[in-house]
Amino acid sequence: MELIVPILAAAVRSGTPILYATLGEIMTEKSGVLNLGLEGIMLIGAYVGFIVTYNTGSPFWGLVAAFFVGMAVNVVHAFLCISLKANQVICGLAMTMFGTGVSSLLGRGYVGETIAGLQAVALPGLSSFPVVGPVFFSQDVMVYISYLLVFVVWFLMYKTKFGLMIRAVGDSPLSAEAAGISVSAVRYASTLLGGGLVSLGGAYLTVVYSHMWVDLMTAGRGWIAVALVIFAIWNPLRAALGSYLFGGVEALQMRIQAGGTTVPAPLLMMLPYILTIAVLVVISVFKGRGRMLGAPSALGLPFYREERE
Amino acid sequence: MRIKVEKRFYITKWQEVCIILASIVLAFSSGALVFHFLGVDPLEAYKMMIDGSLGDFYGVSETVAKTIPLIMCSLAVALSFTMVVWNIGAEGQFVLGALACTAFVRYLYVDNFVVMLACMGISALLAGGLWGAFAGFLKARWNVNEIITTLMMNYVAILLLQYFVYGSWRDPTSLGFPMTPLFPKSARLHQFFSTRVHSGIFFAVIIALILWIVVRKGVWGYEIRVSGQNPKAADYAGIRSTRNVILVMFLSGAIAGLAGMAEMAGLHRRLQPGFAVGYGYTAIIIAWLARLHPLAIIFVSFLFGALFVGGENLQIAMRLPLSSVQILQGLILFFLLGGEFFRNYRVSFISRKR
Repeated sequence: MELIVPILAAAVRSGTPILYATLGEIMTEKSGVLNLGLEGIMLIGAYVGFIVTYNTGSPFWGLVAAFFVGMAVNVVHAFLCISLKANQVICGLAMTMFGTGVSSLLGRGYVGETIAGLQAVALPGLSSFPVVGPVFFSQDVMVYISYLLVFVVWFLMYKTKFGLMIRAVGDSPLSAEAAGISVSAVRYASTLLGGGLVSLGGAYLTVVYSHMWVDLMTAGRGWIAVALVIFAIWNPLRAALGSYLFGGVEALQMRIQAGGTTVPAPLLMMLPYILTIAVLVVISVFKGRGRMLGAPSALGLPFYREERE
Repeated sequence: MRIKVEKRFYITKWQEVCIILASIVLAFSSGALVFHFLGVDPLEAYKMMIDGSLGDFYGVSETVAKTIPLIMCSLAVALSFTMVVWNIGAEGQFVLGALACTAFVRYLYVDNFVVMLACMGISALLAGGLWGAFAGFLKARWNVNEIITTLMMNYVAILLLQYFVYGSWRDPTSLGFPMTPLFPKSARLHQFFSTRVHSGIFFAVIIALILWIVVRKGVWGYEIRVSGQNPKAADYAGIRSTRNVILVMFLSGAIAGLAGMAEMAGLHRRLQPGFAVGYGYTAIIIAWLARLHPLAIIFVSFLFGALFVGGENLQIAMRLPLSSVQILQGLILFFLLGGEFFRNYRVSFISRKR
């Protein structure tokens, strides 16, 4: 037990940035917009979170700034994909390149600097439970917010009118349009909100997780989140499960490396990527060849009002 | 006054060229703005880039040297994009090709140039091809999203590279630097006129010509284009898209793998971690800009080769990281995508009259 509990607690911590990104992408994709720029947006979020905390000394403002900058950056994706009906796959890749470039150009002077960052706060009462306490309730505030966020996103999607509009626009934009919903407006809203969450996931890496800026520090987490959306079949609750699974692999891998092992580091570091492929294969085999349950039917397709097919 | 947007049914070549040129000009203008806000003098930066890449004989030769892998990687992704199969994994397939040919030099070296060249080429083709075909198989068999599998395999490939160069393949005489020993003479491609332009350029041009004929003129090329543009019609016509997905991914990976071999045998002559600098990702922009046309890719690759060399010059002269080039690449892609709207739709202003 003494061995497993710290690994599980680390799994939750490592899984949290991926969870934010996955929740954000679920919101975006549910409205029919595919955003493959997660990796770039997370990097921008990580940089903004770091630099604002560095300058103001306040992790709070760092995280808030990262959220809004993430939204602002996603305006580009929204404008190109929604208003100009651009190819969403290519546009996402462009976002990744742009975000990677901007973050590493801006961050070049800050490599090695550290910030105070956010510290863990044990929740009184809950944290004294055996196992569950130290694993889930002795974390930092952002982890607690992510627990709430899972339910908030789920509630928003399935229990509110706004969520219904998002799902309608993502599944059948023509019917939504006929019902008087502005497809563009709803897609803009969900793309921007989702982008904010993704960016927040990136900021978690600097402000909470590592307390410093490292070039390309997301290391594929954005792409893993894209894969997790499919694993989660667009369901926020399953997204949490998937994120902690990946956090667990990362924590375990770091634990093994720290424990001194003969297995070379590069091979251990492959684990999350191989797991991503394995998870996708398993989920695809189970779902069969047809359209996946929960996948928005109009995902990745631009909407042109006068096209009636 | 109001704005009217309607679908275009035809576009003249001239209009198309204008839209592309306008996109590029806008991309560099906004790049200048971004540079300005990041505290870099844009005019000086652009001047450095042009001077470094096209200013003199050495610069041009360096640009051509970078054009070689770019052409091959772009042909690779363009082939898969033709079928609307998103192979984002050219970077990994490139690395696998380099790994395979290095393994060949290391374990099965024969002192004969022709034999070596053939064996290294074939091993790289197979390694890159199988790396790609794996993702193709998963897509064809279970409809696994190939964007994510190819991308994840890029990360795996880079780590595999690190495993070998930091591990058993490291040159014992390299003073601890992670690199393999230099390739022996018969395992090298010829370099021309004491520049770094190597005979791999013939591979690139020949593959471009072959793809142009096969994809644009041949039956199989027609099949994959139909499968890409209208999968249902392709099914009714009896086109076996399952087989074609795997085949396209194999060929795509094989071409990128060969690029990796040419880069090893022609340019670096040894395996080291930094040789994969993102050609596989830049290839996506090139393929898109060239509208997937194999011959146009040669020309566009040269321009992006210049962008790479210019970026290296920025790195040396202004101490900017190579990632500044990525900002420009991202911007070029944004504006191209935006420009596409004006290619597909006609926008006109109508004055409001009774």
